[in-house]
Amino acid sequence: MTARIGVVTFPGSLDDRDTQRAIRVAGAEPVALWHKDKDLKQVDAVVLCGGFSYGDYLRAGAIARFSPVMDTVIDQARAGMPVLGICNGFQILTEAHLLPGGMLGNDHLHFICRDQKLRVENADTSWTTDYTAGQEIHIPLKNMDGRYVADRRTLDELEAEGRVAFRYLDFNPNGSLNDIAGITNAAGNVVGLMPHPEHAVEPLIGTGRTDGLPFFTSILKKLVNA
Amino acid sequence: MSKTPLDTVEHAAATPDVELPWAELGLKKDEYERVVEILGRRPTGAELAMYSVMWSEHCSYKSSKVHLRQFGEKAPESDALLVGIGENAGVVDVGQGYAVTFKVESHNHPSYVEPYQGAATGVGGIVRDIIAMGARPVAVVDPLRFGAADHPDTKRVLPGVVAGIGGYGNCLGLPNIGGEVVFDACYQGNPLVNAGAIGVMRHEDIHLAKASGAGNKVILYGARTGGDGIGGASILASETFDDAKPSKRPAVQVGDPFQEKLLIECTLEAFAEKLVVGIQDLGAAGLSCATSELASNGSGGMRVTLDDVPLRDSTLSPEEILMSESQERMCAVVEPEKVDRFLEICDKWDVIATVIGEVTDGDRLEIYWHGGKIVDVDPRTVAHDGPVYERPYARPSWQDELQADDANKLPRPGTGEELKDQVLKLVGSPNQASKQWITQQYDHFVQGNTVLAQPEDSGMIRIDEASGLGVAIATDGNGRYAKLDPYAGAQLALAEAYRNVATTGAKPLAVSDCLNFGSPEDPAVMWQFAEAVRGLADGCRQLGTPVTGGNVSLYNQTGEAAIHPTPVVAVLGVIDDVARRTPVAFQEDGQLLYLLGDTREEFGGSAWSQVVHDHLGGLPPKVDLERERLLAEILISASRDGMIDSAHDLSDGGLVQAVVESALLGGKGARLVVPDGLDAFTFLFSESAGRAVVAVPRSEEVRFNDMCGARGLPATRVGVVDGDTVEVQGEFALTLAELREAHEGTIPALLG
Repeated sequence: MTARIGVVTFPGSLDDRDTQRAIRVAGAEPVALWHKDKDLKQVDAVVLCGGFSYGDYLRAGAIARFSPVMDTVIDQARAGMPVLGICNGFQILTEAHLLPGGMLGNDHLHFICRDQKLRVENADTSWTTDYTAGQEIHIPLKNMDGRYVADRRTLDELEAEGRVAFRYLDFNPNGSLNDIAGITNAAGNVVGLMPHPEHAVEPLIGTGRTDGLPFFTSILKKLVNA
Repeated sequence: MSKTPLDTVEHAAATPDVELPWAELGLKKDEYERVVEILGRRPTGAELAMYSVMWSEHCSYKSSKVHLRQFGEKAPESDALLVGIGENAGVVDVGQGYAVTFKVESHNHPSYVEPYQGAATGVGGIVRDIIAMGARPVAVVDPLRFGAADHPDTKRVLPGVVAGIGGYGNCLGLPNIGGEVVFDACYQGNPLVNAGAIGVMRHEDIHLAKASGAGNKVILYGARTGGDGIGGASILASETFDDAKPSKRPAVQVGDPFQEKLLIECTLEAFAEKLVVGIQDLGAAGLSCATSELASNGSGGMRVTLDDVPLRDSTLSPEEILMSESQERMCAVVEPEKVDRFLEICDKWDVIATVIGEVTDGDRLEIYWHGGKIVDVDPRTVAHDGPVYERPYARPSWQDELQADDANKLPRPGTGEELKDQVLKLVGSPNQASKQWITQQYDHFVQGNTVLAQPEDSGMIRIDEASGLGVAIATDGNGRYAKLDPYAGAQLALAEAYRNVATTGAKPLAVSDCLNFGSPEDPAVMWQFAEAVRGLADGCRQLGTPVTGGNVSLYNQTGEAAIHPTPVVAVLGVIDDVARRTPVAFQEDGQLLYLLGDTREEFGGSAWSQVVHDHLGGLPPKVDLERERLLAEILISASRDGMIDSAHDLSDGGLVQAVVESALLGGKGARLVVPDGLDAFTFLFSESAGRAVVAVPRSEEVRFNDMCGARGLPATRVGVVDGDTVEVQGEFALTLAELREAHEGTIPALLG
């Protein structure tokens, strides 16, 4: 058997087809989910992909968080369903309070697109078991509002509990506090990050590396072995 | 302009002596008289609005048409061409049932007035042209020209343009894979913001802009119509900037990429269900253009009720509604029984869609407002029978003097130390420096099919995951060459784009162009234009790559000073398997560097002459298109058969620029040896055309040499990939760190 992994399309989602491809490349079955539809179609996990949902109007992720599909995603995530938020998906997860903190505009005020070096800090979440803690990887990054911020107490808590999942190495591309690129919830089923692992699953395409594939193989193994 | 009583056709016929503001709308007296003659009466205000905007230079090509005909007349036989000039964009067969549409357009004037929105809506417009052909857009490219890099206004215009392109394109989910950034004082006050897009579809999905079938409904969908961009096409794009005139700021449109993204998805869904008979995007001239073009290309007429157009501003007059260039709107012709389904799809995507009219069995375009008929015209007279000018042209008196000012006679570096200094100066000059500060503001990963993106020689996109079929695109244009000789300059632009596509391993198939020139009312400019078009048409015929469409931008001029003639040429190519693509970066120490082609003392218009001597004179490099074709064949074969691991075309900056770029991208140096018969300076800096430098694995050397020998292409071993310096033996060595600092530090220091 394989796992069914849902990918939500909001109006303005951009990486939905890419994410479906990455899921397919990893060997799982991608399932398209629609923002107006509360039904998650019996998926085992959900990816909220990158893009500019609702044009990023008001604030990135702020409107998407109130769409019908998110009601179900929020309930299920709290009940333990694995959810991965990439870029705009990460922003939606913070707006939905499934993950703490929030994202501000990049400190240099420009959109930035680059092949970003990261360190995997937590290889025990649902989405990271195919990495090893401390592993250094390259994942494409592209965002306008990628500066992770949280209050000091939250940051201390994240650090103390090992919930910083990924950290920027060599270069902090957006001014994120503590060089945070991605975090997990305490249970390890909800992970959000700004870089785009779905763009690094095939040699030749994009940066030519496949450093993002373990996200999708990690979740597949977890679901199949469950 | 709205009057009481309503200026209906009837009212116009009854009041022949009413004076209309035709001059303010940009029409010349004889043009207005021609409108009166066509209609047999004075036009209504609404009709005048339509004619004025459709007969503007921007929409009618009235000054350029007589020359552009050559692209059709001289078009080479090509099995690849599915749709040629005249539609929203040309369509090319790339095999396996796929068709690719691509086009380059200008948004020059708006981008000077309002850099962010001007550039953003340029991307929006070209992308709608691509969707209107039935294709899913898969990539964009942006050839840009700005004033001097250190001019204060460049710091206003460039960051805005780049942010606008990024802000719009990134939000549409289109990878930005190529283009150029060139600085030259001649573009001060007249930046060139060209935008290109590529779309992919199956052959059977090609759609055309025509309204056929009486009773079919005309549906306007997308954004509401507002007061932005009114008269933009006729006023903004067709007149030279002049300090004495009032600000034209309100004429620039404002873009909403989120709306356009919805428009793309809902249009493609409607196409997939075969709901669309004909389609046209609303760009320059808005509804005037869409209705008149759809009607004149179809079999019948069209009746439109303007009251049904959804408005952002309820106070707009009918004339303003017809002229508005509000962005993110499309017009579809749909059979009555499919209208409900079409509207359902629009609703799914939260896109406003309204039936505003229908196709009639007559031959008139009739538009109603508040019950009165305010337009009754033969749509062809609006869309296609605009004025055509045989503008006088003459070779400028200064051309001989310019060509006599020979760059080959400029003082040359005499020692290794001088060579080294000039190499550093060259690779760090704004035009030759890394443009990463700019390109990293564009998303080049989205859609997950980007094989190559800038700074590669061409951008490459995979279009079939199973077979690896891909397309490549390169845009090039060298205004300095074209200034010295516009005929040769246009051919050199074509040759460079053609070569860039082949360098990455793709076979060049077809051409689109964006022809940027000064005022056509200046005979010298008109001569440059005529020569460039003739050169490009002749070149395309010789290379077998038809021009599929494009755009002309005139009046890029402030006062008497025109920009350099700047024909920007885009070449589209196809590659059977993207796994065989050739990158620019050096891959492995020990690989052998071969220089392909002939190197002559050619410095006219060169980067060296600009950077070291601030000089422009002499003749541009010699054009040899047969050599370009042979070089391309060799590069494609070598890529397909795995004989080369990296390749870089030689163009501005010459061999040393190419080697430094390959070295920095690969993080591997090179040892170069000046070949017999050449001096070090000419070897490093000459800009002779028809050349490339390739890295050949030692195991492939014999086979590669045999191929070049058999085909008669000069191939000279000039060095080896090695170490962490670029060294020219017996002359100088520069570390990669020194080169990187010079090459990558310049643009951030100027603009960051």
